[in-house]
Amino acid sequence: MYDFTYAKPATIADAARALTGDAEAKALAGGMTFIPVLKQRLNKPSAIIDLSALGLAGIKLEGDKLVIGAMTTHGAVAASAEVKKAIPALAELAGNIGDRQVRYRGTIGGSLANNDPSACYPAAVLALGATIKTNERSIAADDYFQGMFTTALNPNEIITEVHFPVPQNAAYTKFANPASRYAMVGVFVAKTAGGVRVAITGAGQNGVFRHAGFEAALAKSFTPDALNGIATPADEMNADIHGSAAYRAHLVGVMAKRAVAAAM
Amino acid sequence: MVVDGIGASVKRKEDLRFLSGRGNYVDDMNRPGQAYAQFLRSDQPHGKINKVDISAALKMPGVVAIFTGDDFAAVGGVPCGWQIHSKDGSPMVEPRHPVLAAGKVRHVGDPIAMVVAETKQQAKDAAEAIVLDIETLPAVAGLTAALAQGAPLVHDEAPGNVCFDWHIGDKAAVEAGFAKAHKIVRLDLINNRLVPNAMEPRAAIGDYDVSSGEYTLYTTSQNPHVIRLLMGAFVLSIPEHKLRVVAPDVGGGFGSKIFHYAEEAALTWAAGKLQRPIKWTADRTEAFITDAHGRDHISTAELALDAEGHFMALKVNTQANMGAYLSTFAPSVPTYLSATLLAGVYKTPAIYAEVKAVFTNTVPVDAYRGAGRPEATFLVERIVDVAAREMNMDKVEIRKKNFIPKEAFPYQTPIALQYDSGDYMATFDGCLKAADYAGFEARRRASAAKGKLRGIGISTYVEACGIAPSAVAGALGARAGLYEVANIRVHPTGSVTVFTGAHSHGQGHETTFAQLVSEQLGVAHDMIDIVHGDTGKVPFGMGTYGSRSLSVGGSAMVKAMDKIIAKGKKIAAHLMEADVHDIEFKDGKFSVMGTDKAKTFGEIALTAYVPHNYPIEELEPGLEETAFYDPKNFTYPGGCHIAEVEIDPDTGTVSMLNFTAVDDIGRVINPMIVEGQIQGGVAQGIGQALLEHAIYDESGQLLSGSMMDYTMPRADDIPNISVGTEVTLCTHNPLGSKGVGEVGAIGSPPAVINAVVDALRDYGVRHVDMPATPAKIWAMIEAYQPKMAAE
Ligand SMILES: Cc1cc2nc3c(=O)[nH]c(=O)nc-3n(C[C@H](O)[C@H](O)[C@H](O)COP(=O)(O)OP(=O)(O)OC[C@H]3O[C@@H](n4cnc5c(N)ncnc54)[C@H](O)[C@@H]3O)c2cc1C
Repeated sequence: MYDFTYAKPATIADAARALTGDAEAKALAGGMTFIPVLKQRLNKPSAIIDLSALGLAGIKLEGDKLVIGAMTTHGAVAASAEVKKAIPALAELAGNIGDRQVRYRGTIGGSLANNDPSACYPAAVLALGATIKTNERSIAADDYFQGMFTTALNPNEIITEVHFPVPQNAAYTKFANPASRYAMVGVFVAKTAGGVRVAITGAGQNGVFRHAGFEAALAKSFTPDALNGIATPADEMNADIHGSAAYRAHLVGVMAKRAVAAAM
Repeated sequence: MVVDGIGASVKRKEDLRFLSGRGNYVDDMNRPGQAYAQFLRSDQPHGKINKVDISAALKMPGVVAIFTGDDFAAVGGVPCGWQIHSKDGSPMVEPRHPVLAAGKVRHVGDPIAMVVAETKQQAKDAAEAIVLDIETLPAVAGLTAALAQGAPLVHDEAPGNVCFDWHIGDKAAVEAGFAKAHKIVRLDLINNRLVPNAMEPRAAIGDYDVSSGEYTLYTTSQNPHVIRLLMGAFVLSIPEHKLRVVAPDVGGGFGSKIFHYAEEAALTWAAGKLQRPIKWTADRTEAFITDAHGRDHISTAELALDAEGHFMALKVNTQANMGAYLSTFAPSVPTYLSATLLAGVYKTPAIYAEVKAVFTNTVPVDAYRGAGRPEATFLVERIVDVAAREMNMDKVEIRKKNFIPKEAFPYQTPIALQYDSGDYMATFDGCLKAADYAGFEARRRASAAKGKLRGIGISTYVEACGIAPSAVAGALGARAGLYEVANIRVHPTGSVTVFTGAHSHGQGHETTFAQLVSEQLGVAHDMIDIVHGDTGKVPFGMGTYGSRSLSVGGSAMVKAMDKIIAKGKKIAAHLMEADVHDIEFKDGKFSVMGTDKAKTFGEIALTAYVPHNYPIEELEPGLEETAFYDPKNFTYPGGCHIAEVEIDPDTGTVSMLNFTAVDDIGRVINPMIVEGQIQGGVAQGIGQALLEHAIYDESGQLLSGSMMDYTMPRADDIPNISVGTEVTLCTHNPLGSKGVGEVGAIGSPPAVINAVVDALRDYGVRHVDMPATPAKIWAMIEAYQPKMAAE
């Protein structure tokens, strides 16, 4: 780690000021991604602005929306009775992120700000058509994810909440990378009043994406068999030491069918 | 009656301290005035060092000194402890392994400079300020690339990148066997490269005492005396009485902490130069690119069979990756620790093996749990399964038909070793029963009904450990003796301290060894302490590897205790005015046979140290004895492992359903520790078979260089492992023990892969190289199936 100054502001305004006042300052949430990066000296921030005193943790149901504060940990989401009732798939997703220690520290805001192409939450946010609230504005999921580790956030923008519309049915299936246990292929399927949405994480070269072919087929018939014969183009998939693009394209189909079966 | 003696599952004494954070590991230690070292390492696989500019770095805050390869020009290279000769009689090519890279860097991780600073952070900062001018050279990472015509050379003195080209066995007899064969089965195999990943990364502190002129190295080692010998005599020319090596609690070794590493020499040397203690602790990234890796062999095996399925001859050709430099025992691994095991548990009358050791631009490769024997076992047990299938024979029958029968012991194999004892039929039958082999077909059908492919795999193996008879090892190239030592110090009030040359880094020696003492001397378990890991306290011993601690180190204890008892009898005879021949020692008491006269062990001990009424003319006071024990032969644990797996054909995922092991490890001292050792070894074997793979790209970059990409087995990857034992005693050591540390990792990989291949029987799969990852399995299923439209 390089030296940096540390601040733990008490208001969002102070945090925003601290971040905008210093181009090299960076926000810290659970630190599960950020701290390893610091330890390996891959990042050299001048100041760390700890978001943990901003009151951004919490879960509540507002009408037909489930609202999760940015600093809510994966463990809290997994254990929440409200989440389990409103969107059980989301509780299940959170409960399978990393290990107990990671779930105790890691946050939904941190996960979405980071937008790791293998992370789980982006699939849920995109498939559920959630809205990301920041200290500046609201961003629709369809506009938010802009490729690997890239989002619509401005450099110093702070995610405050995520608003999830409650779906009729939803499920997430994850084929874990054998080593990291992040998603090698993760499929979130959601049936909502506005139609069926399918988001795939882990597999694509540009991070999380919606699968138009699957969505169209499932809109006609929300069954696993509806996905038979619908291809996922391998040339848009990742390839690495854990699996070829063809394998990932195949897994997208397998995991999607399993997700539909689970959501039915 | 001794309650804590041989055969009791005494709870591990050491666990309270380990599990409550009270262990004393090297990184827990701090010396007064200590500085910190950071090694600047090559990020290039191969390069010519034009310039290492330390001028700016030297001016950084807190910097004490910076050393580069030039500073070590006058000291020795890191030595290799085993010499192999090629077929033509020439010695292996042994290029200098400089402490810090000199002239060239040869693998990612090769140390270029050592920065010493007041704090760790300052050392890191300064390391970043060193300006390197390194000219990239073409590199070779894999065996095939390194052996290709015109391949770039890792060392100019090793043409074709060949370190040695060795062979063993009777080639003519093998050719004759092949000429008469009914069938010849051929199999190409890869034994995948592994990263040991002990939980505790390596760490060391070099220290120098100005007043005594004594150096101390605190290090994460499995064998501090070996480090003292190699580093003192070959690298730094420090006489042994001025060099102490301490290996305190060590958090796992698995072989990777046997070897003498460059950092140890650099720290010790610099501590003397700077007259300050210097500490270094590797991080996990460093561990991946500097700890010696394991395995990495490519082999071709050919087995000749007669019409009834008897093995007639076996021919093996192996290429073994040595990495960029020869690590301490690297040359012994593919040769005398592997090829000599190719007979396995079978009567194969003729065997011939050739091994070519090859330099590459990768981390050095050396012994890793099992060291050579897992490679041999994998090869033999795979080709036996393939042979069974191609002969249309049952895999149980073909094994039984070829086993060395128990009447045949001692059994001389055609390939150097003489097995002293064993009963392969007993462990085999015991394991088949424990695994409910007979019920497998019903389980297979049940899995099939769920759309899953179920397979069962058998491995019947023997290994050679209890390393080693010194003269034999010496004749085979070892540059060290391989006996073990024990010093037993009985204190005046009858408690006992044992100083052993063996080293515990997870094995539970403090418990097991105390059981030996408790059994033999009748002293309560909590009155016995085991001291190890300090050359300043323990006589010259050889350390722990090759499953030797009990069979060799424990035997030394037995011999030393025999001397204690012999002396105690003389004291007792004097005290009880009896003839020494009439004294018997039993259950902690010296008694005069046929009378009720007796003295306790404690009374005799006190007399030895308070020799008022004492045969002082004939006997020295005190009760402390040392024994050095050199084994007469290797020991030969063996047994049977059975794995049962289920494959999801949609994803290629292999689930380990259960694993059964029945092993013959000779006399069992602590059944609980034995169970743990076998389970741990099997977990590593499952890791090798299904998960772990150190992958270099063609340019020599390690792609699986962190836990994000290197798949360490996790608890949920490992099934319930049922462990059983069948005992035939080792015939040549006083305990009858054979060793248990490595059997799990040796026997298990072929059982798992045989199960995977069995599960894929309907997909035309003949062999699967390790690790059997989901992607690999799916690709095989996909390649076989007529390509259907995507589901
Ligand atoms: C061992 C391990 C396993 C894991 N497995 C999984 C897995 O299976 N699936 C998965 O999805 N993830 C996994 N993760 C990642 C985990 O979910 C992290 O918690 C998450 O990626 C980052 O969240 P954090 O709260 O720790 O953020 P931090 O690490 O603190 O921050 C990450 C980045 O986001 C920025 N940031 C944080 N909060 C905000 C905010 N409110 N507004 C704006 N920017 C912000 C920070 O500045 C930083 O750049 C794993 C992590 C580890 C260490």
